Amino acid sequence: MYVYDEHDRQMAAERVAQFRDQTRRALAGELSEEEFLPLRLQNGLYVQRHAPMLRICVPYGMLRSEQLRRLARITRDYDKGYAHFTTRQNVQLNWPALEDVPDILADLAEVEMHANQTSGNCIRNTTTDQFSGVQADEITDPRPYCEIIRQWSTFHPEFAFLPRKFKVAVNASEKTDRAAIRIHDIGLQIVRNDAGELGFRVHVGGGLGRTPMVGPVIREFLPELDLLTYLEAVLRVYNRYGRRDNKFKARIKILVKALTPEGFAEKVEAEWAHIKDSPTRLTPEAIERIKGFFTEPPYEALDNATDLLARQRFENRGFDQWLNHNVGVHKKPGYAIVTLTLKKTGTPPGDVTDHQLEQIADLADEYSFGEVRVTHHQNVVLADVRQDRLLELWEAITPMGFGTANLNTLTDIICCPGGDYCALANAKSIPVAEAIQRRFEDLDYLYDLGNIDLNISGCMNACGHHHVGNIGVLGVDKKGEEFYQVSLGGSSHHDADIGKILGPSFAREDMPEVVAKIIDVYVDQRTEEEEFLDTYRRIGIKPFKERVYA
Amino acid sequence: MPDVINVDGTVRQDDWVVVPRPEDGESLDIPSDQPALIPADLWLAGYEHFTGNDRIGVWFDSHDEPEMIADRVNELPLIGVNFPRFVDGRGYSIARLLRERFGYQNELRAIGDVLLDQLQFMKRCGFDSYVLRADKDISQAAKCLNFFSQGYQAATDTDLPLFRRRAG
Repeated sequence: MYVYDEHDRQMAAERVAQFRDQTRRALAGELSEEEFLPLRLQNGLYVQRHAPMLRICVPYGMLRSEQLRRLARITRDYDKGYAHFTTRQNVQLNWPALEDVPDILADLAEVEMHANQTSGNCIRNTTTDQFSGVQADEITDPRPYCEIIRQWSTFHPEFAFLPRKFKVAVNASEKTDRAAIRIHDIGLQIVRNDAGELGFRVHVGGGLGRTPMVGPVIREFLPELDLLTYLEAVLRVYNRYGRRDNKFKARIKILVKALTPEGFAEKVEAEWAHIKDSPTRLTPEAIERIKGFFTEPPYEALDNATDLLARQRFENRGFDQWLNHNVGVHKKPGYAIVTLTLKKTGTPPGDVTDHQLEQIADLADEYSFGEVRVTHHQNVVLADVRQDRLLELWEAITPMGFGTANLNTLTDIICCPGGDYCALANAKSIPVAEAIQRRFEDLDYLYDLGNIDLNISGCMNACGHHHVGNIGVLGVDKKGEEFYQVSLGGSSHHDADIGKILGPSFAREDMPEVVAKIIDVYVDQRTEEEEFLDTYRRIGIKPFKERVYA
Repeated sequence: MPDVINVDGTVRQDDWVVVPRPEDGESLDIPSDQPALIPADLWLAGYEHFTGNDRIGVWFDSHDEPEMIADRVNELPLIGVNFPRFVDGRGYSIARLLRERFGYQNELRAIGDVLLDQLQFMKRCGFDSYVLRADKDISQAAKCLNFFSQGYQAATDTDLPLFRRRAG
C-alpha cells in the first residue's frame, strides 16, 4: 500500500493549515457562505439535514489497520460512534461539528488520510476493483495507476473549479468490472495491445444522475506513459467547453453527447497533440516507483486446503454457505479473499460502529497483513486470508455481524443514506432496504435466486446507483409524499446498461411486495442457467409490468 | 487607482483600466489618459491601429478563445483574464494556454471575481498579477499565494512534477 514521503506529508500538513485558516475566516464572517462552500466541499464537508457531513477519502478503497483504528477514535471523539461506507469506497461521518473539522483533518493526516476533493466540482477519489492484486485474471494491478492519478489530481491548479464533479475509475480484470467504470466520467480499462504493451481503453462520459449514460469508448488504446497527459487533455476540453449555465447539464456526459463521442474524441486528440510530450508525461521510473508500494505481502508457500475445507463444510452448513458466497478465489494457493458483509438486516447498509471499525482492524492484523479494502457495494474485504484459518475467521466474525452470507444476492443491497440523513434526498432509502431484507430472510431462497443487484437511491443524484441495479429503486417526492420508482435491467459490469422504468411509482409499504412479484416472474420464467439479468434481457419488461400492476 | 498584487505577494498600484465590451451600437470607450485593457476580439479587429501601442492590452472573458491571438500575444504589454464568478474555472485553462502554448511572456493579470483562496491556483497557472475583489483583505494575499510550498503537478510555474523531482 502507498506510504507517504516527506513531500506528501508536507502537502497534507499544509492542506490542514489552509483549511484551519479558511474555517476561521468563515466563522469570522470574512468568507461568505457562498465563498466558503467550494472550499469546505473540497475538504469533504457538506452541510446536511441534521448536521454537517464529512466524507473522508479512502484512496481506491485501501485502508490499513491503524487507519481503521483512527477512524474509530474520530467517530468517538467527534461524532456519535459510527461511520458509513459509501458507494465510492469512501467513509462518511454524519454528525461532526463544523468547528471540529480542522482538528479531524489533522488527526487524519497523522495516519496519512485526508478528505481532499471528496466533494465539490473537482476530480474526486479514483476508485477501482476491491480485489486488485489478489485476483488471478487481472492484466496488472490497477492500484499504482490509481495512486498516480491521485497525486496528479490532488490540488490540480487548473481543474479545481470544473463545471461539475468528476469521477475516474480503473478496472484491470478482463472478465469482470467491479469498479463500474462505464458509469464514471472517465473509465479506464487496463488492456494489452497486440504488441503486448500495457495501456488503457478510455471511456468518457458515463454517469448516473438525471441523465444516466454508459460511457462510450473515445480511445481504444492509450499507452501507459501517456495516461496523465491524456487525462489532462480530457479535463481541459471539459473545463473549457462543459456547460456551466445549468447544473443538470454540466457533467461531461452532456458535452460528449452534444459533440458526439467521435467529435469529443477529436477535440481531445487535438488538445493532446500539444501536450503529449510535456513534462507531465510519465516515465517508466515513476511508474516503477509507485508499483514498488503495491508489492505482494509475505505469502507463505501453501497448498490449497481443499480436503480440510471439504471436511469443515460437511460439518457446518453455515460455514459452507458463507464459503460459497462470501469467499472468493485468490491467485495464491492456500489463500482466499473474504468479504465482510455490512448488510445485516436492521443495520443501514454500509454502517459500522466505532467498535466494529476496531474489530475490523484487529481482523486485518490477525488474518490479512493489516490491510482491508472498501467495496463499492459498501462491504469490506480481507484480501489475503489463509484457507486453513477460514473457519476460525468465520467463527470470529459471525457474532460481530460481518458474516451474513448474502454477498451479491438480493439482500446485499447498495443504499445511500437517504432522507434519514441527507439534505438532498426526496425520500428515505434505509427503511426500504430493511423492509426488503426482512421479506427475503430465507438464505436458501436467496441462493436459489442467484446474483441480483438491488440498488436504492433516495433521490435523482443516484448515490445508491439505482440506474445500474438489476432492480433499481429511486425515491421520489410527490406533493410532499415519498414514493418509489422501480427500474429493471440495469448493470454496472462489463455489460453495463441503464435500467428501464417499470411504471408508476409505489408507496413505501408496498415495496417488499413489488420486489417479491418481480422475483416471482423471474422464478417462473427463468431457464436453468439464467441469472435475473439474463431472464430480463430475454423476456423484456412486459411480463414484469403485467404481474406488478395486475 | 487599483491595488495590484504581484506574484510575490507585494502590492503596487497602477492605472490600467479594464474597458468593458461596448453595447450594440456603441463604440469602444478608451480613456485618453490611462492605459487600457480592451476585449481581445476588438483589439484584433483594430489590429493595425492598436499594435505597437504599449498602453493598450487585451482582456479575455471566461468563454473567450485565446487561440484568436495565438501568434500575436507578445505584442501585448498586459493581458487580463476575467473571472466572472470565482467558481468559473475556465480562466485557469486560458492562462495556461497563453503561457505554455502561445509563449506569452509579459504580464498576465487575473481580474473580476478574484478572491484570496484561489490566488495560488492562479499563480501556478501563470498569472503574475491579481486585482483582488475590493471587499477582500489584501494583507492576506501573500499568505494565500503560498499556502503550499510545492505541488504534485507540472504547470506553468514548474516543468517538474513531483514524480520527476523524486527521480532526481
